[in-house]
Amino acid sequence: MSTWKPALAIAAKDLTIEWRNRTALLTATVFAILVLLIFVFARDPGVIALPVLAPAVLWVALALASLVALNRAFLLEREHAALDGILLSPAPRAALFWGKWLANLCFVLVVQAVAFPLWILFFNVPPSGALVLVAGVAILTAIGFTAVGTVLAAMAVRTRFAELLLPVLLLPFMLPPVFFAAQLTTRLLAGRPADELWGWIRLLSLYDVVFLAVATLLFPVVVEE
Amino acid sequence: MPDPTPPAVEAIALERRFGPVAALRGVTLAVGAGEVVLLLGPNGAGKSTLLRCLAGLARPTRGTVRVGGVDLARDPSARGVIGMLSHAAMVYDDLTPRENLRFAAALHEIQDPAERIDAALRAASLEEHADRPVRGFSRGMLQRLALARATLHAPDVLLLDEPFTGLDARATEALRGRVADERQRGRVQICVTHDPAELWGVATRVVVLVAGRVVHDAPRAESLDAFRAMYSELVA
Repeated sequence: MSTWKPALAIAAKDLTIEWRNRTALLTATVFAILVLLIFVFARDPGVIALPVLAPAVLWVALALASLVALNRAFLLEREHAALDGILLSPAPRAALFWGKWLANLCFVLVVQAVAFPLWILFFNVPPSGALVLVAGVAILTAIGFTAVGTVLAAMAVRTRFAELLLPVLLLPFMLPPVFFAAQLTTRLLAGRPADELWGWIRLLSLYDVVFLAVATLLFPVVVEE
Repeated sequence: MPDPTPPAVEAIALERRFGPVAALRGVTLAVGAGEVVLLLGPNGAGKSTLLRCLAGLARPTRGTVRVGGVDLARDPSARGVIGMLSHAAMVYDDLTPRENLRFAAALHEIQDPAERIDAALRAASLEEHADRPVRGFSRGMLQRLALARATLHAPDVLLLDEPFTGLDARATEALRGRVADERQRGRVQICVTHDPAELWGVATRVVVLVAGRVVHDAPRAESLDAFRAMYSELVA
């Protein structure tokens, strides 16, 4: 039994369902926009300039919106115990992880793609080539924390308070990549030289590799009853 | 000379605990091809837990489950020969029946599944509803779709947990006929039910669980009334 075929089927199924009702996608996107707006209006313009605040706000908004997105990953499996249908199949448990992770990553990237231009607009971020690199950082960041989020969402869904539990479990794991990404964004927008960036890029990449590997190994244990 | 063919499904000294509560206490059961086993017992006897362990959905605390001679814990791909119909339909509301079956076919890596899906939809009398989302289906329609999903990959072992729930008289008769057909094909069927009359005519064997233990395991008796009298004593 291969891993990739069922994994792709699971990802395609999740994305089809999300495309049909768009509830979580809309909620996560509106949530990201609201977080951006709250920071715009809550800051004291005389004390903090928008560009100074911009990198941190981007990552707060994206991290929190991603939480909303990740929450739905296994909730849709709860209806009619659909998860049992997947677990009954001969597909390896790793296929379930990779399929869910792929769908979550696509989902988070769509939310980021909508929030990113609004962040540029709300925070008067000057258009430059650095923005393309910041978008790249967003993708690199999403890879790791969606892997952790997928495992934790699978754990949380078996509890009665899945929606409340996931943020509590996931936020500590989100802190390192959000910190690395905010540091990178600040330096990219300030036009700092490449040697100042490589260390942070390496840390982000290491986070992705380590947590993808750990998540793949842990996931089969997590979904066992 | 010993029979070289292993039982299709075998539970050996199966135990399953939920914290301090023991749901299964040393259940041993071997079911061969073509057998239709009625699994009976009062609420909380461990019937559904036993089915979930046999399906590989729940890991036993102790003991072994073998499917076709293969230890399910060591080789999870053995799940491929198992089909299960449980209380829940295991389908997605936002997908159509055809899409749900296509997804199930992909998980089982069924090659060119279109024909098989059409046949399954026909057998479930869901052709007219094949391309509208499952949301809004009646309980009976969901149950028929769930059965189509459970049998799409032509499993050798069919585990049925209260399969008649929500079915109308016509669908009940159709399911009874289906169980008889599958028996002719040599499939193993283990059916949890509270009403043995539903499948008494096609059952070959009756197992009674009480408090996680097998208290009766024998070929189906001729008289249901005589069995009912004995059953009342067993569960008292």
